[in-house]
Formats: sequence, C-alpha cells, structure tokens
Amino acid sequence: MVSLSSAALSARLGRRGGRVPAGRRVGRHPGAAFTLLSPWLIGIVGLTLGPMIASLVLSFTDYDLLSAPTFVGGANYARMLDDPRLAQSLGVTSTYVAIAVPLKTTCALLIAVVLARGVRLIGVYRAAFYLPSLLGASVAIAILWRLVFGSDGIFNAFLGMFGVEGQSWVSTPDTALFTLIALSVWQFGGPMVIFLAALLQVPAELQEAAAIDGAGPVRRFARITVPLITPVIFFNLVLEMINSFQTFTPSYIISGGTGGPADSTLLYSLYLYLEAFTKFRMGYASAMAWVLLLIIGLVTALLFWTSRRWVFYADSGER
Amino acid sequence: MTDASPLYRPTAWRWMRYVVLTAAALLLLYPVLWMVMASLKPEDEIFSQPAALPGSLDWANYVEGWTGTGRSFGVYLLNSALVSTLSVVGNVLACSMAAYVFARLDFPFRRTLFAVMLVTIMLPFQVTLIPQYTLFRELGWLDTYLPLVVPKFLAVDAFFIFLMVQFIRGIPRELDEAARIDGCGPIRTFRRVIFPLLTPALVTTAIFTFIWTFDDFFGQLVYISSPSLFTVPLGLRVFIDTTGQSAYGPMLAMAVLALIPVVVFFLFFQKRLVSGLATSGLKG
Repeated sequence: MVSLSSAALSARLGRRGGRVPAGRRVGRHPGAAFTLLSPWLIGIVGLTLGPMIASLVLSFTDYDLLSAPTFVGGANYARMLDDPRLAQSLGVTSTYVAIAVPLKTTCALLIAVVLARGVRLIGVYRAAFYLPSLLGASVAIAILWRLVFGSDGIFNAFLGMFGVEGQSWVSTPDTALFTLIALSVWQFGGPMVIFLAALLQVPAELQEAAAIDGAGPVRRFARITVPLITPVIFFNLVLEMINSFQTFTPSYIISGGTGGPADSTLLYSLYLYLEAFTKFRMGYASAMAWVLLLIIGLVTALLFWTSRRWVFYADSGER
Repeated sequence: MTDASPLYRPTAWRWMRYVVLTAAALLLLYPVLWMVMASLKPEDEIFSQPAALPGSLDWANYVEGWTGTGRSFGVYLLNSALVSTLSVVGNVLACSMAAYVFARLDFPFRRTLFAVMLVTIMLPFQVTLIPQYTLFRELGWLDTYLPLVVPKFLAVDAFFIFLMVQFIRGIPRELDEAARIDGCGPIRTFRRVIFPLLTPALVTTAIFTFIWTFDDFFGQLVYISSPSLFTVPLGLRVFIDTTGQSAYGPMLAMAVLALIPVVVFFLFFQKRLVSGLATSGLKG
C-alpha cells in the first residue's frame, strides 16, 4: 500500500498550492475515471453489494423461487440450530479446514525451503510440484480420485506392496473425508510458489552470518528463515482457509452429489447447494451463506489477532 | 550457493536432496500418469495390473468415450472453449480498465472503492449466489452462457484487478506524463500507453481465467441444464451418472482429454503463471 499513500500525500501537497514535480502527480479526472470504472461499478452494485443485501433479506424469508418470498423472521436461523445435517456438515467442514490447511501449508513450506537452497533444474521441479494445483479443482481429477482411493485403486495397490490390506477409502464413512483432505494437500504447489518467491528474497548474508556463528541448518531455518517469511505464511494460511471453506467440486463428484457415505463428505458448500438447488429452500440457503460469511470472517479475525504475536513485518517502521 | 559459502554441504547431502525431491514429484504426479496409462488399456487390465505400462496403445477407450454420453465430446470441448474465451476477453478488458483507474487516476471515494474492491477478493461466492441466480432468472438468462460470461465483463474477479494494479504501479509515471504533454487524455493514455505495457499481466490474467473457467464446475452446474450446452465438466459428470463399473476406460479417456488443454497452457506459460502468482502474494 506504500505507493497508494504516497499518491494520497502528493495529492494533498498539490491542494496546498505547492507545485508537485511532474511525474509524481496523480491526474484528477473524475469523468474519465468513472467512465473506465463503470463496468466494475455496475458489477459491484448489481452483482456483489446488491445481491449481498438481497441474500441477507432473503435469509429472513421462505422462498422457493415459484412464489414470492414470505417473511418468516429468524425462523431460518432457528432451524439451523436444530438441523442435524447442518451440524454434520459444519463438523465435516471444520475437520477438513483444520487438517487440510495446516498440512498443505506445511508441505508447501518444506518443499519450498528445499528448492530455495539452490537446486539444479529448479524450474522443472517447481513445475512438477505446481501442476497439481492447476488441475486439482477439475471434475477430471475428482473422478481420478474416486478411482485412486476405490477398493481396486492404486492407493490399495501401493499399500499391497507393504502387505497392507486396503479397503474402499471413498465409500467408508470414517475415511472418505481424508481422501478429500489428501486431494487438497496434493495441490500444495500454489502456496509453495508463493513461499519460494519469498524465500529467494531472504538475504543470503543473514544465513551465512548465522552459519559462521555456528547455527546448524535447523536452527537457521527456525530462527532466521521462518521469522522473515511469517507475513507470507500468514497470507497463505488466510487464503487457503478462505478457499477451503468454499470447496465444492471434489465433495460433489467423489460422493456422486450426495455428500455420502453417511454424510461424511458433506462439505458446507455442497449442503448449501443441495438445499438451494435440489430442495429450493432459497431462504434457508441464504441464511447458510451468511453464516458461512460470518464464520470465515471470525476465523480471519482470529488469525489476524494471533498474527500480532507471531507475524514479523520487517518494513513496519516505514509505514 | 558457491563452494566457498559456509552453507556448502558435502555431495552426499546434495544428492539426498535430489532423491527426496524426485521421489516426491513422482509420487505427486503418479496418479495423473496412471490415468493416462489406464486410458490406453483395455478395460479388464485397468485394475488388474494397475502399475503396468500399457502393452500397446489401445485407443478404443477414446473412440468409445468420444460419443459415450450420446453426444460428441467435441461439443463439450467447443462449448468450454467458447465460455472460457469469452471469459478471458471480459476479464482482460474490464479488469484492466478498473486497475488503471485505481492505480493512476484520482476521483471521489477512490480509497473507499479501492478498499471495497480488495474486500470482495475474499468474499465467499455463496453470499451473492442466490440473488444472482434469481436476477439471471428474471432476465431470462438461465440455461445460457450469459450468467457465466457477463460477470467477467463487469470485472467481478477482483483478484485480477489487484494483480494489474500492482503491475501498473511498476510502470514509470513519466510515460503517463509524456502522453499528457502530447495531448492524450486519461482514456487515450490507457489505450495507447498503459494497456500495451500491461501485456505481461494481461497474459497472466488470460491464462488463469481460461484455466479456472475451463475447470469451473459450480457455475456451470447451477446455470446450464440443456445437454447441447454442456461444457466439459458437465459432460464428464454424465459419465459418472450413467456408467457403471464396466465403463471406466472411456470415462478416464475423456478425463484425460479434459486435462490436456490445461496442461498445454501450463507448459507454454508456466513461467508467467508462477511469477504472476508470486507477485500477487508478495506485494501486499
């Protein structure tokens, strides 16, 4: 945000009458600005802010798309409190987020650290690790996952090499969610790329100085590398958390659109979709959407609150 | 690291690193390789010899899968290509315009609107889903591509606006100033100076938009119901719904076809994708 504040500063200086050096000034052209911004403005009002308010209003109604919405007060929210399927899907989603996000971020960081230590063919490795994160959201990969973790799948073939008897991991309620978690972790290449870029900016002199002082690789990692990239760790955690709460495709495809077996893969987004578009409970689904927003907001706020204790901003003095 | 560096480690350690990295990469990519191999095998060999290379290339699964849903898979590919291409055009035009305004022009409520834009990056799509659906229904847009494509022309994917704002901040302001002195207004400056210089960020946006739209399932599931309009993800879903244990081969073959455009894009543009992603994460 540094350049934004300097722009604001120069605009303020300009207003005081002092000539701002050419090239520094931000052009004040409201007409042109709003012309170029008009698609975004239409979108933000018509497709984001307007619908947000509308879904908040709808969440206090009964609405099945066929007849006009009828006001029901807080009934949708009250119903959420004793909807066992909602409780189930909240549990499934929390487990999914709480395991997948830290695991994925850790894998991303570890591999990025190894790559950042100077590896030949770094581009090839980076590409190999990154590719799954581009493919992972697709239906094709979700189909593949169903087969990989099925009873005849290659995961069991792999276990068989060690003499372990497998099972159908996707159709056993106790394990089905872990196949979704595995799919999420499989895509660690996305955060890895961001970590790698950050690690390559950590000055080598710091590492060397610590090495001369006798710090081993583990200590150097824990005491120098990690503190310097805590902002990026924080960024990746927040981003992955928000995305994980919204995961839909694998849970739909792997469970055949049901969230089964025994609702064990019923992620929140899938349950919301089923309520809205198979049962046409648009009011209830709107309430669910707002509760999701609230949960994501709370978890984000919590992460921000803890970040004061562990995130280290090297440039904080400049702000 | 040079050999003189105190971080230099004996060769054995270095080799370990390559062994671990290579093993991890193979483990990660093995399922995809398996899928490609399995799609080229006769049905009965797919699960009986999971690790084996196909004895000979057997294209029967592709032939069978191409028409396996009662409709040519080519239709799905063309439909997906159409939706993705329109989305790319929309995102490139609308997001670059908005990004230029936020990065370079001053106007009332500029800081507030910029903050609103940043917040929408993190907004879960579910919160706007149902009113958007009813809006598009009122407009008579259900079962057309309009609900998938029009939002891109209205710059709803704020992530790309942010990406381009970051990029434009790196373009020297002297160029804008020179254009101004030559008599260009802000819109001309955008068209003639900024937009051409923005090409790297536009390419990143285009590729990500193409891949994400090509892979997107939710929007297409919600808005498209006519089989003649089905895209690749919806076509693949037909396989799951209609085929039993006996037809995994054709399904896998079409799943491989569905991945090919994404992999090809990735191989051509991977440097740009990676650097685009890294910049967005670092300059917060």
